[in-house]
Amino acid sequence: MKTFIKRTFIFSLVLLSLLLLTAVFSSCSKDESSDVTTLYVYNWGEYISDGSEGTLNVNKEFENWYYETYGKRVKVSYSTYSSNEDMYAKLSGGAVNYDVIVPSDYMIERLISEDMLAPLNYGNIPNIENILPEFYGEDAKYDYYDKGSIYSVPYFYGMIGIIYNTTMVDPDDEDIGSWSLMWDDDYKGNILQFNNSRDAFGTAQYYLGIDVNTDDIDEWRLALKKLLEQKDFVQGYVMDEIFNKMENGSAAIAAYYAGDFLAMYENNEDLEFFYPKEGTNLYVDAMCIPKTSHNKELAEMYINFMLSEEIAVANAEYTYYASPNRTVVENEEYIEYMSEIKEDAYEKMYGTDGVNATAYVNLTSQKLALVNELWEELKSNIDVSPTIYVICAVIVISIASLTVFFGVRKKIRNNY
Amino acid sequence: MKKFLSGGYIFLIFALLYAPIAVLIIFSFNDGGSLNEFTAFSFAWYKELFADEAAITALKNSLILAVLSSVIATVIGTFAALGLHHMKSKVIKGSIKSVTNIPMMNPDIVTGVSMMLLFVAVATFIKANNFMGFGTMLVAHTTFNLPYVLLSVAPRFTQLDKSLSEAAQDLGCTPSRAFFSVELPEIIPGIVSGLMLGFTMSLDDFVISHFVSSPNFQTLPLYVYNQTVHNVKFSMYALCALIVAIILVILLAVNFAGSISDRRSKSARKGGATK
Amino acid sequence: MRGKSLFQKMAAAPHIVWAVMFIVAPMLFVLYFAFTDESGKFSLSNISSLSGYSNVFILSIAFALIATVVCLLIGYPLAYFMSKTSPKMKKILMVLIMLPMWCNLLIRTYALMALLDNGGLLNTFLENIGLDKLYIVGSDFGVILGMVYDFLPYMVLPIFTAMTKLDHRYIEAAADLGCNPIKTMIKVIMPLTASGVISGITMVFVPSISTFYISQKLGAGKIDLIGDTIERLFKNTSTYGVGAAISLVMMILILISVWIMNKFSDDEGGIVI
Repeated sequence: MKTFIKRTFIFSLVLLSLLLLTAVFSSCSKDESSDVTTLYVYNWGEYISDGSEGTLNVNKEFENWYYETYGKRVKVSYSTYSSNEDMYAKLSGGAVNYDVIVPSDYMIERLISEDMLAPLNYGNIPNIENILPEFYGEDAKYDYYDKGSIYSVPYFYGMIGIIYNTTMVDPDDEDIGSWSLMWDDDYKGNILQFNNSRDAFGTAQYYLGIDVNTDDIDEWRLALKKLLEQKDFVQGYVMDEIFNKMENGSAAIAAYYAGDFLAMYENNEDLEFFYPKEGTNLYVDAMCIPKTSHNKELAEMYINFMLSEEIAVANAEYTYYASPNRTVVENEEYIEYMSEIKEDAYEKMYGTDGVNATAYVNLTSQKLALVNELWEELKSNIDVSPTIYVICAVIVISIASLTVFFGVRKKIRNNY
Repeated sequence: MKKFLSGGYIFLIFALLYAPIAVLIIFSFNDGGSLNEFTAFSFAWYKELFADEAAITALKNSLILAVLSSVIATVIGTFAALGLHHMKSKVIKGSIKSVTNIPMMNPDIVTGVSMMLLFVAVATFIKANNFMGFGTMLVAHTTFNLPYVLLSVAPRFTQLDKSLSEAAQDLGCTPSRAFFSVELPEIIPGIVSGLMLGFTMSLDDFVISHFVSSPNFQTLPLYVYNQTVHNVKFSMYALCALIVAIILVILLAVNFAGSISDRRSKSARKGGATK
Repeated sequence: MRGKSLFQKMAAAPHIVWAVMFIVAPMLFVLYFAFTDESGKFSLSNISSLSGYSNVFILSIAFALIATVVCLLIGYPLAYFMSKTSPKMKKILMVLIMLPMWCNLLIRTYALMALLDNGGLLNTFLENIGLDKLYIVGSDFGVILGMVYDFLPYMVLPIFTAMTKLDHRYIEAAADLGCNPIKTMIKVIMPLTASGVISGITMVFVPSISTFYISQKLGAGKIDLIGDTIERLFKNTSTYGVGAAISLVMMILILISVWIMNKFSDDEGGIVI
């Protein structure tokens, strides 16, 4: 009893000191928070220069810039998601509020069709002139998801390709250059597939030569069949976990976004990359403002800030994705930086005219429901080794027989 | 021989239990960002961690949330235990108790999902688009703390000598006065252990928070989760190592202080006996 | 005896209000979402779509069952041996078994994955000494291993507590009456620590059957258990209806198993032998 009181006393001391600490913390933040506007930014993971390892902290820079220009404090609350679908689930659930989001093309189309985005006021985004004419303006061909860029400003673009580890994959393997590498069961347990429905189905569709935006249900089923076949020998379905796995040699082959390959290559020079010959996906990720935003003007300033040369270059150097920003593409220092990472890095990212690529288009809601269903079918189809069931059966049988045995014995004893 | 075998078994299991954590801690001091080879000893990742505003904010949020939710749960739970103690109807008593225990019996994920459905429905109903965040987290954490508080406070009431409170009231105390001056001091240990439990449960919770949080209010477990679904930075290892170290210190302090006071009271008794 | 004062009567009121708002109402919402379609009309389509997940349910139960039994097989002797050590050692071991329980599950699971991954420290070591790699991450074995690793302390602690409370005179008496150690174990120690075993089993089985982080990390997103499915339905595909239906079924499943466990422990002295 005494020990217990002593213990509770010690613990209350610990608790009290923590309470004090919290009080100090919150009082610190309070005098700031009284007139600080918070800007909520929701972006892909690993998609901004965040100040780690000596890079430029873009969000911090924005806060400082705003303070210097307007004399008022803003705080950027930055959070990340790993797929368009995760972002959509969070946004459509209501109950949360964002000011700037960065979805991909097909998701922007969906958000526009569901009236969830606010049209941009380009008066607050003068840096839009930095965007290359292919992406913004009358001659733009990469604004297919939002004609006239009413709701969105392109952030980065790129294509999906296959990354492989040259120490684990035979460089003379004839599958290199094709999606069939992802279906090569010689690499059982070493292949990583996307963990989002659209990209995962995309890999199978490109491999089979099916249109990724097809209306034909049977063609989607065909892709599912291909993915089920692949499930036997993939190691797993992952998104950004891929960085660590490819870098430390936990997997040999993975399909992922081109820019991220360079980020992995920086840490592991055994990695190689190609765009599959059967065709692949081209995507544009663009900054948008949800209709629910409370700080639209500030959000537009943030978008504008992201388009300025210094910031855009810092982001491009951090993420390695292809930038639609003229000041980046023509920046000598950036070109030099890219070639230092890998000789053909700039070429890989920007010289993609010869690559056979198509974009995802938003599907009708019935089609979307179907894709979700098929995705569920893929994910819930689990192949387990029979030993698991055997062990389980043994456990159940032994528990049952023990219960019966002791029950019977007890009954016999009670009868005496 | 027997002793050696059992000691060996204990050692083996504990070694396996601690191997991953040990690796994590050792490699948090690794200069190069690799989990496979140790290049040089350095505090670089710790420096990076303390420069990471998101991690510091998450720590702050976690502490605020844990303190507030455990205190609120303790206040509500203690009064509830009092009310239940004086309640006559066994049926009502039993049903309140079993309803309170639902969050404890249910898997965390079901509690989290059910709370999320409630909050989403309310948010859509009142058309509030920034509903999720600190408030919803506080409600959820308080809710799952309640059964633990009730579980540690209620038995104290049953152990109470009823005549004490009655005597106090005979001597002119109002029932509320009697509660605060007679009953409350008696049940303090129960309240403190309820508070303790609630505090640690809240600090440790990931699953329920995962469903009712918005990215704008992140606690430490949510921060760790977010790190592990993206490209893990090694500063996360430093964070984990720090968490393990702090918990070890607290655990040792609580247990060690107990044993010292034990020994003291024992030796005092012994000393008294010989004299 | 005097009547209850208003204060005493009303003391539980805030709690009751809270419980109705935040425990009962959320459960009703689960029911509502499970039995309605998107337009809010009554429908059984969510429930009927559960048939597609039958193997997920079976698998989750199988994994949790195996993990629980393995935890018991490892944990029971461990708790027994721990209870045989000196008082000082007991205290140290107690701290050592509690530390992982207090340390966040995410950290432990991630640490385990980082160690066991195909390119992790273990496999690098195996490769260096010329052995074959162990493909643990992304396999069913890996997921079970993760459950055992994460929840073993939850099994050991209640059994250990029951063992230390055990009155040693019973064991001595059994020995005096001619029981050999094995017989003492089966006839005396096991029945007397059954309550610890029961709570250990509950504390391992429930989190195992509902986990999603362990299968996400050690199953590499390939082995989806009930928890993963619920998480995906709510956080990725936003199909709340099916998610609510699965949650409902899981809740019922757990309540039944807890009820069975309680049945065992109410049976006076647990599994009476």
